[in-house]
Amino acid sequence: MLSLKHLSKTYADGTRALSDITLTVHEGEIVALIGGSGCGKTTLLRLIAGLDRESAGRIRLDGEVLSGPHPAVGIVFQEPRLLPWLTVFENIAFGLDGVSAAEKNARVSHALEKIGLSEHANRWPRDLSGGQQQRVSIARAFVTNPKVLLLDEPFSALDAFTRASLHEHLLGLWEETRPTVVLVTHDVQEAVTLADRAVVMQPKPGRIFDELPLTLARPRDRTGLPFESSVRRILTALDHSLKAPQEQPQRERDRQAAALWW
Amino acid sequence: MTSSRESAVSGNAETVAWSSQEGAAALAAPDFAEKRRAFDGRILLGFLLPIAIALLWEAAVYFGLSQGRLIPPPSRILATLEALAKTGELWAHSWMTLWRVLTGFAIGAVAGIVLGTLSGSSRTIRQFLDPTLQALRAIPSIAWVPLFILWLGIFEASKVALIAVGVFFPVYLGIAGAILSLDRKLVEVGHVFRLSRLQLARRILLPAVLPEAVIALRSGLGLGFMFVVAAEFMGASEGLGYLLVDGQQMGKPDQIVAAIIAFALLGKIADSLLVVASMPLVRWQDTVRERL
Ligand SMILES: Nc1ncnc2c1ncn2[C@@H]1O[C@H](COP(=O)(O)OP(=O)(O)O)[C@@H](O)[C@H]1O
Ligand SMILES: [Mg+2]
Repeated sequence: MLSLKHLSKTYADGTRALSDITLTVHEGEIVALIGGSGCGKTTLLRLIAGLDRESAGRIRLDGEVLSGPHPAVGIVFQEPRLLPWLTVFENIAFGLDGVSAAEKNARVSHALEKIGLSEHANRWPRDLSGGQQQRVSIARAFVTNPKVLLLDEPFSALDAFTRASLHEHLLGLWEETRPTVVLVTHDVQEAVTLADRAVVMQPKPGRIFDELPLTLARPRDRTGLPFESSVRRILTALDHSLKAPQEQPQRERDRQAAALWW
Repeated sequence: MTSSRESAVSGNAETVAWSSQEGAAALAAPDFAEKRRAFDGRILLGFLLPIAIALLWEAAVYFGLSQGRLIPPPSRILATLEALAKTGELWAHSWMTLWRVLTGFAIGAVAGIVLGTLSGSSRTIRQFLDPTLQALRAIPSIAWVPLFILWLGIFEASKVALIAVGVFFPVYLGIAGAILSLDRKLVEVGHVFRLSRLQLARRILLPAVLPEAVIALRSGLGLGFMFVVAAEFMGASEGLGYLLVDGQQMGKPDQIVAAIIAFALLGKIADSLLVVASMPLVRWQDTVRERL
């Protein structure tokens, strides 16, 4: 269980990127962080990944306080960040330093198969398309079997077709070990496709505006009515978060009751 | 281009599209080989102009249009080269020059790499060291010669020192610059996987900096050859630079041109060896270089 308690981050230049974030993510849960640009989503992931230090508050993973990068926490950045001097295979194996060669080989090969890039194992990253590169970077994070996987708008630079296929690849990898996932996105459809819960954020300072459970059965039918209504609920929450920054969010329970009635 | 390819395929169709693309690539392979051959032919095009000029000049001298005293015809230059090679002088002089360049290069390059690394990786050291080095760089290196001769004598040490100074600056600047421009985002990947400082240097810093380091070493080597001429001009009894001076004093332009050709070949060979030696290290960049 990943728990964030009263987390705040103020940058050296005085920017209040996050203010009093409290959030609990259960084991194996996929949480989508949604919000406009500047809400502090990236900041939040960087704090959890240990790449930046929080100004106040605590991050705990299964009771252990996280301070700095942790072996059980993996991150996929917005851009692939592959090492150009390593082949696809070597890039995926980058985090498997202490692992035996045979084990490394098996794990990377399996991951390559999962992301459909087995034939490209020995190519250089620069010879891959953007979508392929991002898949490699997802595989690199997955092969170390992290308990928590952080994804920072990993598909935002890709077109809709590629994105849809990457969603499948991601879920395919997730199914195997079921890590806890925190996914940052500005794409509401993506959130409803992947997540168990959507957390809507609000800027200046970055904070949580509302949380909406997404209890649709998997695999999710993007054309179904429940999907549509979930998308609409999130859009409404986003709308409120922008229009009335001071207004208390209408709690999710009420809305769920309404949904049941409907 | 990538995005259009990406958008043309989706879901399961993707793998199919790729395999067919690879099929296409396999079919295209002979075509590529053909292109290469055509390319090789085009390289020969570059030889045309110098060969034509050489032949014209040869003919002009042959038919008495020119005496060829100050500008010797190619045949005489070749004959001089051959004579120098036969007596063993050419090799002795070349070897001497090469030894000076390599010794100076080794000293200058090591100093440049060490100080460049320090200056590139620590802000404090950079602020301490860099202004002085930049000030020294502003001095034309040849201006050091009298001092070096006073300090180190007129023999090898002062020559090697001059060459080392010439090599040092491009290497220092190249290495420090490469480290400074290192992508912070890639370093963060190292942090995420909890690499130690040493591992970070070995697995991320070093490979990232290598291509630029090779370029810096190559320009250092080039300058080394430039400065060896200067060094050998000031009183040497051996070396290709000595052949140049000797040719001038004895009025032997063919010997001068022969020495120039030897210089060019030596420099080119040394540079090529450096490139070949570094090839396995910067293999991943080859694709780009091929395309250029
Ligand atoms: N290193 C930094 N130094 C100062 N301010 C920063 C830094 N990184 C982000 N910020 C500021 O913090 C706020 C949140 O940024 P970010 O976490 O990147 O938002 P998001 O990912 O939601 O777009 C923004 O106002 C941004 O300008
Ligand atoms: Mg961001």
